[in-house]
Amino acid sequence: MKKRRPREFLMQGNEAVVEGALVAGCRFFAGYPITPATEIAEIMSVKLPQVDGTFIQMEDEIASMGAIIGASLAGTKSMTATSGPGFSLVQENLGFACMAEVPCVVGDVMRLGPSTGIPTYPSQGDVMQARWGTHGDHPAIVLAPSTVRECFDLSVKAFNLSEKYRTPVILLFDEVVGHMREKITLPRPEEVEVIDRIRPTVPPEWYIPYEDTTQGVSPMAIFGDGYRFHVTGLAHDIRGFPTLRSDEIGPFMDRIHRKITLGFPEIQMGEFFQLEDADIAIIAYGSVARSARRAVIDAREKGVKVGLLRLITLWPFMRTAVERVIQKAKMLIVPEMNMGQISREVKRVNEGKAKVNTINRVDGLTITPQQILKRIREVS
Amino acid sequence: MPEITKLIYKYLRHDKKFPHVWCPGCGTGIILGALIRAIDRTGYEKDDIVLVSGIGCSGRIPVYVDFNTLHTTHGRALTFATGIKLANSNLNVIVIMGDGDAIAIGGNHFIHAARRNIDLTAIIVNNNVYGMTGGQYSPTTPYGMRATTAVYSNIEQEFKISELAVTAGAVFVGRGTVYHAKLLDSLIERAILKKGFGVVEVISHCHIQYGKQNLLGSAVDMMKWQRDNAVTVQEAKRMKSEELEGRIIIGVLVDKDLPIYQDEYDKVRERAKEGLSSLEG
Repeated sequence: MKKRRPREFLMQGNEAVVEGALVAGCRFFAGYPITPATEIAEIMSVKLPQVDGTFIQMEDEIASMGAIIGASLAGTKSMTATSGPGFSLVQENLGFACMAEVPCVVGDVMRLGPSTGIPTYPSQGDVMQARWGTHGDHPAIVLAPSTVRECFDLSVKAFNLSEKYRTPVILLFDEVVGHMREKITLPRPEEVEVIDRIRPTVPPEWYIPYEDTTQGVSPMAIFGDGYRFHVTGLAHDIRGFPTLRSDEIGPFMDRIHRKITLGFPEIQMGEFFQLEDADIAIIAYGSVARSARRAVIDAREKGVKVGLLRLITLWPFMRTAVERVIQKAKMLIVPEMNMGQISREVKRVNEGKAKVNTINRVDGLTITPQQILKRIREVS
Repeated sequence: MPEITKLIYKYLRHDKKFPHVWCPGCGTGIILGALIRAIDRTGYEKDDIVLVSGIGCSGRIPVYVDFNTLHTTHGRALTFATGIKLANSNLNVIVIMGDGDAIAIGGNHFIHAARRNIDLTAIIVNNNVYGMTGGQYSPTTPYGMRATTAVYSNIEQEFKISELAVTAGAVFVGRGTVYHAKLLDSLIERAILKKGFGVVEVISHCHIQYGKQNLLGSAVDMMKWQRDNAVTVQEAKRMKSEELEGRIIIGVLVDKDLPIYQDEYDKVRERAKEGLSSLEG
C-alpha cells in the first residue's frame, strides 16, 4: 500500500472555501466577478467541471442568487460568493431562499463600504446586513472564519447546516481572511462529515412539502423526483400553495424560526480562550480575533487576566456564550472593523452587567494586537 | 370524455382551491390552455416538466398545473430556470413571464438568457401594462397611451419584445396572440421542442386595467383588434414599413441553430478532466 502523505497546502482563505465546498458536495456555482471574492469564482470555474459540476458566470449577483436556488431545487448543492455591492444585490433572492426553504450557501468577502468603498481594503461592515439585509422577518445562519483552515471547515459546515435546516447559510469573512495565505493540513474527503437534505420517502400523493415536524424541517423533494410540488415566495400553506389565512401564515413563520432555534446547540459555535479567570474579556471574530488572541497572550505575560471569546457563529447571536463570559469578566472589549455592529448585540445581552468598550476602525486598516493591547492597559 | 376535459383532468391540480385569480375575460386562461395543449402534443412526462414564473398575473399560472412548479421573484424567473436546467438537463424547463416582468425588471436576465442559448423556453405574455398592480405603464405600453402612472399619456417608446429576442440571439422566436389560439399552440410546441433558447411572445389584452383607461372596449373588442391588426410574417414581408405601423406581425420570426450551452459545457468538462489527468500523469 502506498504511504499516504499528509495533505499539506499553502492556500488562501478564498481557495479553502472552494475546497471545503467541493468536499461538502457543492456541484454548482453561479457568480459575478467582484474584488475581493473573485478567486472563489475563478477556482470554481477550474475545479467544478473536473468533478462533473457546473460553473456559470451570470449577468449580475441577483441572477447568481436565482441560479443557485434553481440548482438546489433541482437537487444540486450550490453556492455563490461576492462582496459588499454584490451582497446588496443577492438580498432579494436570499429572502426567497428563506421563504421557500431552499438550501444554499452565500459567501461574502467583506470589503470597505458603503457603496463601492475600497474594494481592496478589509472591513466587517456587513455583519448587520448578513442578519437583516433581506426584507421581512427571517432566520439567518452566518458563520465567520478567522483562519484559512477554518475557511475550509466552515465552508463544509455551511453546506451541512443549510441542508439540515433547509435554509441559506452565509459565510462572512473579511478581505484579510479571504486573501491571507497559510500552510494548512486538510482532512481527506472521506474523513469529513457531509450532511444531505432529508428527502421524502412517502409516495407522491402523500407528500406534504411544508409539513411541520418535531424539528420543524420538512423533507425536501427535488424537481424531477416525481413529487411535482409547488414552490413560491408567497406565504404558503403546508402544501406550498399561496395562502391569505393568518392561521396558516402564522404557524409557517413560527416554524421557519423555530427550526433554527431548536438547532442553537449545534449552530452556535465559539471559542473560549483563557476565559476561566479573565477579568477582562475580548469578544472578536474574523481577522480581528487573530489580533485579539495575540493581545491576550502578550497581556497575560505581563500578568493581566484577559481572555478572548471568539465568535465563530455570528448569527444567531451567541447570547448564552456572552452571558457565561460576563459572569466573571466585568470589563469587555469588542474590537471590530466597523462602527460597532456586534458590540450593539453584546450591549443588548449585557444589560449593563459589565462595562463594554469598543474599538472601531473603518479606515481600511486592520485592528492590530498593539491597538487592542493599548486598550487592555487603559481599562485594566 | 371530450378532449378538453381529458386535458383538464390530466394537467390541472386537483388539490388546489379554485377559482383562479384572473379577471373574467382575461387572456391568461387562453395562454394556459395553449400551454397545456402544446405540452400534451410534445408527449413529455409531467414529472420532467418544470414550469417557472415571475411575479404578476402571469406569475400565477404555475400554481394551477400539475408539474414541478416554481413561482420566483419579480423579473428573475429566467435566472432560477438557468440553475434548474444546468443542474438537471433532463428536465424540460418552461418559463412564463409578463411584459414588465421579463422586459423591465428582468430585461437584463432576458437578453443574457437569449445570448447564452441554454435550452429553455420563455413565454412572455404581453398585455402592454402592469395589470396586477392596477394599470401602470410598462416597457411595452405604446407611446401616447394612458396608464395610472401616465395619466397625461405615455411619453416613452415601447420595446418590441420579439425583435429584442431576435437581436439578443434567441434561436427560436415566435409571436402570437390570444385570438389566434391554434397558431399559439403550435408556436409554444415548437419553442418547447426547439433545442436552445426559444421565445414565444403572446399579445394578450388587459381590458380591465389597460383597455378601460384607453377606451379600447371589452375583452372581445380587444381580441377583435388582435384579429384585425395581425399580419403574418409572410404577409409582412410584402408590406411597406408604413403599412406595418401599428400592426402585429405573427408567426415564426427566427428559427436557427447555434451551439447549445449544455453541449458546450460538456466539452468544457472534458477539457477540464484532460487537464487533470495530464497533471496527474
